[in-house]
Amino acid sequence: MSETKKFMYLNRRAPYGTIYALEGLEVVLIGAAFEQDVSMAFMDDGVFQLTKGQDTSDSDMKNFSPTYNALGDYEVNKIYVEQESMDDRGLTLDDLQHLVWEDEDEDYAKKPSIRVVSRQEMADLLEEQDIILNY
Amino acid sequence: MAMLHTVNKSPFEINSLERCLQMAKSGSSVLLIEDGVYGALDGTVFSAKVKAADGLTTYVLGPDLKTRGLDPAKLIEGIEIIDYDGFVQLVADHDRIQSWL
Repeated sequence: MSETKKFMYLNRRAPYGTIYALEGLEVVLIGAAFEQDVSMAFMDDGVFQLTKGQDTSDSDMKNFSPTYNALGDYEVNKIYVEQESMDDRGLTLDDLQHLVWEDEDEDYAKKPSIRVVSRQEMADLLEEQDIILNY
Repeated sequence: MAMLHTVNKSPFEINSLERCLQMAKSGSSVLLIEDGVYGALDGTVFSAKVKAADGLTTYVLGPDLKTRGLDPAKLIEGIEIIDYDGFVQLVADHDRIQSWL
């Protein structure tokens, strides 16, 4: 690989009501094969994608929420969630899935993938990226 | 004439629920479905507007809540959870349906 770029997948939509969340997640997993510096960001209704306890048994939809757990295995371990977006929706970190990744440099210690950031910090993160893909 | 209003969009993204609450007359019913179920959550920037709506009976579709992992204990008090059969019954019980998309 000649050059590594900073890719951010920015998610602003709730899951299930539209196809954006599922499509975005699939592109992240496909894109992981290209060994770039990948992060995901969740703001606005995108924070609802990460809620735990999603259960589609009564709605006959595909429950893709367990797939977020696989992101660590694809070396997608920087998952930024905007604090203000959670606050507006009455959510806390405890309402979200506990996503982890295994650090091979530290004997595969499990480390949390989700980093809660302020709106200002999120703005700084956007500024740092080479490429932002929006879903 | 009793009207049933349905809302299928998140109140945080588009003003469908806000407009529904403004336009629905006392005695009407409001049913939150799909991403509209987020409007049933308490403790959000939008919940005061739902609580302030006088004379409306508000329902939320249980399967859509469950799909999204929303805890029934976190809903605004007084909102009734219904299933698909309840949805059908509401449609049968009202004269007209207004779908706020």
